[in-house]
Amino acid sequence: MTEAPLLSVRNLRVVYPGDDGDFRAVRNVSFTLGRERLGIVGESGSGKSTTGRAIMGLIASPGRVEADHLQLGDTDLSTITEAGFRKLRGKRIAMVLQDPKFSLDPVMSVGKQIAETHRYHFRSSRKAARQAALEMLAAVHIRDPERVYDQYPHQVSGGMGQRIMIAMMLIAGPDILIADEPTSALDVSVQQQVLTIMDEMVKSRGMGLILISHNLHLVSSFCDRVLVMYAGQIVEVCDAGKLHEAQHPYTRGLLAALPELGHRRAELPQLQRDPAWLIDLPAAVGTAA
Amino acid sequence: MSTPLRVGAPTGWRGWLLDPAPASRNQARLGRWYRAWLAFHRNGLAMTGLVIVAALVLAAIFAPLLADRELAFHQVLEDRLQDFSWLHPFGTDELGRDIYARVVFGSRITLTIVGLVSIIVLPVGLGIGLPAGYFGGWIDSVLMRITDIFLAFPRLVLALAFAAALGPGIENAVIAISLTAWPPYARLARAETMTRRHAEFIEAAQLQGASSFRILLTQIVPLCLPSVIIRLTLDMAGIILTAAGLGFLGLGAQPPLPEWGAMVSTGRAVLLDQWWVATIPGTAIFIVSLGFNLLGDGLRDLSEARSG
Amino acid sequence: MTAPRGWVRQIAGLIRRIAGLLGSVSLTFLGLTCVTFVIGRVIPIDPVIAIVGEKATRSTYERVFKELNLDRPIPEQYWIYLKKILHGEFGTSLMTAHPVLSDLLRVFPATLELSVSALIVGVCFGIPLGVVAATHKGRWPDQIVRFGSLLGYSMPVFWLGLVGLLIFYAKLGWVEGPGRMDVSFDDIVPTVTGMITVDSLLAGEDEVFWNAMSHLVLPASILGYLSLAYVARMTRSFMLSQLRQEYVLATLAKGLSPFRVVWIHALGNVWVQLVTVIALTFGSLLEGAVLTETVFAWPGLGLYMKNSLFAADLNAVIGGTMLIGVVYIVLNMLSDVIYPLVDPRARTRK
Ligand SMILES: Nc1ncnc2c1ncn2[C@@H]1O[C@H](COP(=O)(O)OP(=O)(O)OP(=O)(O)O)[C@@H](O)[C@H]1O
Ligand SMILES: [Mg+2]
Repeated sequence: MTEAPLLSVRNLRVVYPGDDGDFRAVRNVSFTLGRERLGIVGESGSGKSTTGRAIMGLIASPGRVEADHLQLGDTDLSTITEAGFRKLRGKRIAMVLQDPKFSLDPVMSVGKQIAETHRYHFRSSRKAARQAALEMLAAVHIRDPERVYDQYPHQVSGGMGQRIMIAMMLIAGPDILIADEPTSALDVSVQQQVLTIMDEMVKSRGMGLILISHNLHLVSSFCDRVLVMYAGQIVEVCDAGKLHEAQHPYTRGLLAALPELGHRRAELPQLQRDPAWLIDLPAAVGTAA
Repeated sequence: MSTPLRVGAPTGWRGWLLDPAPASRNQARLGRWYRAWLAFHRNGLAMTGLVIVAALVLAAIFAPLLADRELAFHQVLEDRLQDFSWLHPFGTDELGRDIYARVVFGSRITLTIVGLVSIIVLPVGLGIGLPAGYFGGWIDSVLMRITDIFLAFPRLVLALAFAAALGPGIENAVIAISLTAWPPYARLARAETMTRRHAEFIEAAQLQGASSFRILLTQIVPLCLPSVIIRLTLDMAGIILTAAGLGFLGLGAQPPLPEWGAMVSTGRAVLLDQWWVATIPGTAIFIVSLGFNLLGDGLRDLSEARSG
Repeated sequence: MTAPRGWVRQIAGLIRRIAGLLGSVSLTFLGLTCVTFVIGRVIPIDPVIAIVGEKATRSTYERVFKELNLDRPIPEQYWIYLKKILHGEFGTSLMTAHPVLSDLLRVFPATLELSVSALIVGVCFGIPLGVVAATHKGRWPDQIVRFGSLLGYSMPVFWLGLVGLLIFYAKLGWVEGPGRMDVSFDDIVPTVTGMITVDSLLAGEDEVFWNAMSHLVLPASILGYLSLAYVARMTRSFMLSQLRQEYVLATLAKGLSPFRVVWIHALGNVWVQLVTVIALTFGSLLEGAVLTETVFAWPGLGLYMKNSLFAADLNAVIGGTMLIGVVYIVLNMLSDVIYPLVDPRARTRK
């Protein structure tokens, strides 16, 4: 890729202080993101969400975020004030969370929640924001935007809720979308639909997407590139198409643990973990470029 | 074991107690208690509460050593309404009795009321809540309807009406307060029982042919007790305040008993000139109920931290 | 054509809810009458002697005994009692020689005035303080609010009232003393609502209004502090559980300011739960009024009941208990009715 990356992260570290010592949830994570779809996989607790939230500047205290370099387009995120960061959230970089049932405010109509993002970032009038929200609802393939606008989150289905969430996050036109397990709370039947819509939006707007998931199949079929995380570190980076050529034993273990269609196996092999994987990797310089 | 993910983990016996991967059940249990104590200890307010409650209990037990019984009860009319002095650190009341000594001996009355109410309320609450939660169905409906009815009543007013009906006095105040205090315990015991009714060890006991009564008593009661006790600690303050309120209105302990609420009431007459007569016993009520509140709050934080 | 059907379903749901509510309300009401009936039966005072006096002849005694239906079986007595109560007959007060009901209606506005003012204090300060405590969990604003509300929980209201009088009335002279207004203002304003602050405004008597306010402010603040303690504490804990929700993270990710996230989104969700708390608070204020009114010589329901207690005026005590019980029931019902108005999840079903 020749143009400047949308996001570049070098040696990102996140620490949660605790009674029994500091817990290093993310250790020296480095990567760059262009106008592409980047997947982050890893088992539960490997620090995927924490990485996403750290980039959004949404790690609540007492958690601490440090990085050698954290650049969003031409903005250096490590020097920015919280108020400055707020202007970027939603506008330049946005995030879709796992379960629309919990990530939409239950007592505000969904339309208002979408319009709210617009109003905040563009200081738009109530009417303009409403119009924009209706258009956004239509863009995520919601059939009757006028009706849905006034509905409350409990009245919409999971798939619809997630599309509303996407609309709410994309209405201010961000360059980057971080989707943290956007489909794992949804019915299998609508997962693909939501992914397709997300893909459509990302492509047509030329955005970069970070798709966080522990579903290797999904990531490898949907993304261009995959980061594999284990215990807070990136242990491997590969092109999605070449995932089967992965080197790291952890990735191989994850791949081997996947049930495959057509191959009946009596037992899925257990993932073997090597304590050596926990040792800090050398701080990355320009890896995963 | 310390993983590379954790830095600055404690070592030595603290490390042993705080080990995230304990080697034995005892280590795990001790570790849990130690963690709980650490959390409690760090909570300065909760520790203050513990100290106050301990002081109340000690004052009640050792009252005769801490103050002169004679000064507390004997009327010395020529010493009426004296200001603070060495002999009377908090002055004297309208009958020349030493207020300090009366407050010290009053702690016995407060503790008696609190103790008696607990003794009545716990069995009644558990007795209604446990079967309701365990058997469910119509038993649950009937018991809970009764509980709801009592819960829907204004507590002090009902206690007032009961105390009026039964006549003034400590015993009747206790009965009146208990009658209005049990419903939350029934609710709590029911909720705790319902979440455990289908636990495997309960079903195992059922299969072994244990009677329902036995299961309730030996398996479920011990599990319910922590939350019930926390609730009781928090309720103590309310009980003390209601008792003092009844005393203030003249429906609690009768003269010459040094009940704090009644002492405030008699001090009212001389409030503007001898402020301490009413204020000192009121302060005692306040401090003691604050102590129970702080303690209960700390305990609740602990249990929430552990379950959540 | 779907709209009317939705309407029908909503109305049907509403009717079902109201029916259920009425059922539970009347059950509670029956319970209340049972309890007051039992209180009336166990009271050690002989109700006949209370009426006819110690020196009455035997025949007078028996006549009154019959008049009070004390010769009938107990269930029948209860039935008669229930019928009377439903007709608003609480008997005659021995103390005032008026029907208890008219006494209650006369004294209640004073209590209402006091407890509504206290509620305003409690809600207006309690909610913001609770929110601030939650957003600063573990830091000094939280510690202050938590400790301050614990203090409120722990204070005997009658003692606080006395201390307040001592300081603000006797020593500093900032407020007026006991009573609702100075004696010289008695009978100046015509009674409309029974609440002097309102009546004096209606009559345009500024002087009376300010005098009444000056009498009201201390007891209302003291009662209000107690309700503030409860409201702040509940708000804090509701708020903490809301702030842990995913939608808070999502609204922050949209770029909204923490201020808006907290005061619009999280608090919007807390309101739903606060409705019940406010209703309960109001109930407990009525209770607190019994003690506060005694301290402040406030001629309301609490003082009336307390005086009746010592005059062995059984009818008045039971009438007062019934009135507070009914207000309690109504408050519970109201909170059930208001709840769906603030919570879209209860208002609209899928
Ligand atoms: N606020 C916090 N305080 C302390 N530890 C935390 C906090 N948030 C996350 N962690 C820890 O950080 C580690 C990484 O968490 P994270 O949520 O990023 O994992 P994940 O890869 O997203 O897992 P999952 O697939 O379950 O979502 C976990 O071990 C978690 O326990
Ligand atoms: Mg996650």
